[in-house]
Amino acid sequence: MFADLRASLEDSLVRLGDIVAFLGRIMVQVPQALPRFQLIVDQVYNAGALSLVIIMLSGLFVGMVLGLQGFELLQRFGSEEALGTAAAIGLVKELGPVVTALLFAGRAGTALASELGLMRATDQLSAMEMMAVDPIRRVVVPRFLGGVLAMPLLAAIFSMIGIYGAQLVGVQIMKVDAGSFWSQMRASVGLVDLNEGIVKSCVFGVACSLIAVYEGYHAAPTAEGVGAATTRTVVTSAVIVLFLDYLITAFFL
Amino acid sequence: MNQAPAIVEIRDLCYSVGGRAIFDKLTMEIARGRVTAVMGPSGTGKTTLLRLVTRQVRADSGSIRVAGVDLRTATRARIFALRRRMGMLFQSGALLTDLNVFENVAFPLREHTDLDERLIRDLVLTKLQAVGLRGAAGLATAELSGGMSRRVALARAIVMDPEILIYDEPFVGLDPISKDVILRLIRRLNDTLGLTSVVVSHDVQEVASVADTVFLLSGGKIVAHGTPQELQTDPTEIVRQFVSGRADGPVSYHYPAPDYFGQLLARDGAS
Repeated sequence: MFADLRASLEDSLVRLGDIVAFLGRIMVQVPQALPRFQLIVDQVYNAGALSLVIIMLSGLFVGMVLGLQGFELLQRFGSEEALGTAAAIGLVKELGPVVTALLFAGRAGTALASELGLMRATDQLSAMEMMAVDPIRRVVVPRFLGGVLAMPLLAAIFSMIGIYGAQLVGVQIMKVDAGSFWSQMRASVGLVDLNEGIVKSCVFGVACSLIAVYEGYHAAPTAEGVGAATTRTVVTSAVIVLFLDYLITAFFL
Repeated sequence: MNQAPAIVEIRDLCYSVGGRAIFDKLTMEIARGRVTAVMGPSGTGKTTLLRLVTRQVRADSGSIRVAGVDLRTATRARIFALRRRMGMLFQSGALLTDLNVFENVAFPLREHTDLDERLIRDLVLTKLQAVGLRGAAGLATAELSGGMSRRVALARAIVMDPEILIYDEPFVGLDPISKDVILRLIRRLNDTLGLTSVVVSHDVQEVASVADTVFLLSGGKIVAHGTPQELQTDPTEIVRQFVSGRADGPVSYHYPAPDYFGQLLARDGAS
């Protein structure tokens, strides 16, 4: 059993190394891909705009739950007015980036991985190679950059809507004083909290997009291969995001 | 071998996958300006040969020269430069599914040239006209039939005016009319554009009607070559089997297996 465990750990490390090496191949091509700006804009639309509905809905519900749970908890200490601060900090620093990244991996990451996998399976990537077009530059880099740009924007929207959701429950239903809800939030949420959220969402954006394009590009050219690549995209992204979340949180403390 | 000079020269090519030798000291030359067919039973590595000639995969040993470029030593940039002089028609067509017909044909132009939009439009429409699909320019790739996809892919393959045009199994899965259309296109493009065409196929009839020279590949070697007429009358057993399409002969009907009755009678049920 230990041998199995060791082998699978080794496999994971090798794959991690491959993924990082793939990032290197992408970065080398970025300068040549940047002038084709429209290709990147299209991908920001695919990864970002098409994920908006799920991000906004989830943000609203997460915020509402936060409002409810936060109110219940803070009431025990008689400090319901701190609800605004609690919700904002929780969303901006933690839930916004993390939940957005998990949803992003499920919505945009799987779409990327299966699209690239199918392009591989249907010879589209080989056809590009044969037309002397580097598929990394033409296909992978715009998709990667699109994801990297879309993710922080989505996280910001998620947090914004989440705070609105917390306000909806806390102020409108539970009758926390609106003045103290907003003023306490403004007084105690600082730039450093915002920075932590921004750093997290950028890092998660790179991680999720990279994993998706890596898995898709290297998918076995069969139906099973594309399915497996899609699954691995979600699983790996989730684990990596939660792991990185811990590291970045510890770093900011 | 031929009067025309060779554009593709393969010498002592060896290539194996997972310990199984696909090619064992294969030597052949493809003449410039002709339609050359590479035929052989399924699984003899015809498609692999194309992938070797286009350097999508690397040979184990031996040399391949294409249009004077030695594929063994060429850099990636050199290979890409060479590929701009080649067009390849994939068996599946391999059209880019996120682009429509027009944009698929325009793709190589947009990637490799700075031509203005009017010129691109004219070039694309000319090539689509050549394959009879100018009217389909606005269609999505999903709306095309198998034969149409292949013709669009052909238009895309010739849009950069290549010197060599490679067809991987161009007749597979086509109805007789589409087959005839592709056949005529191969001949016409070859003669009017001054191309060299390489057709990999196992359709004896079609190849016989279009090819100038035929190579018959079996067991990793060239077992026969000549004009289609020469092959029709070749007395060698393996050529006879392939050309007349018999199930059994030098190319065995059965995949190698243990003794039939022994296996059926084996009590332990081991396969």
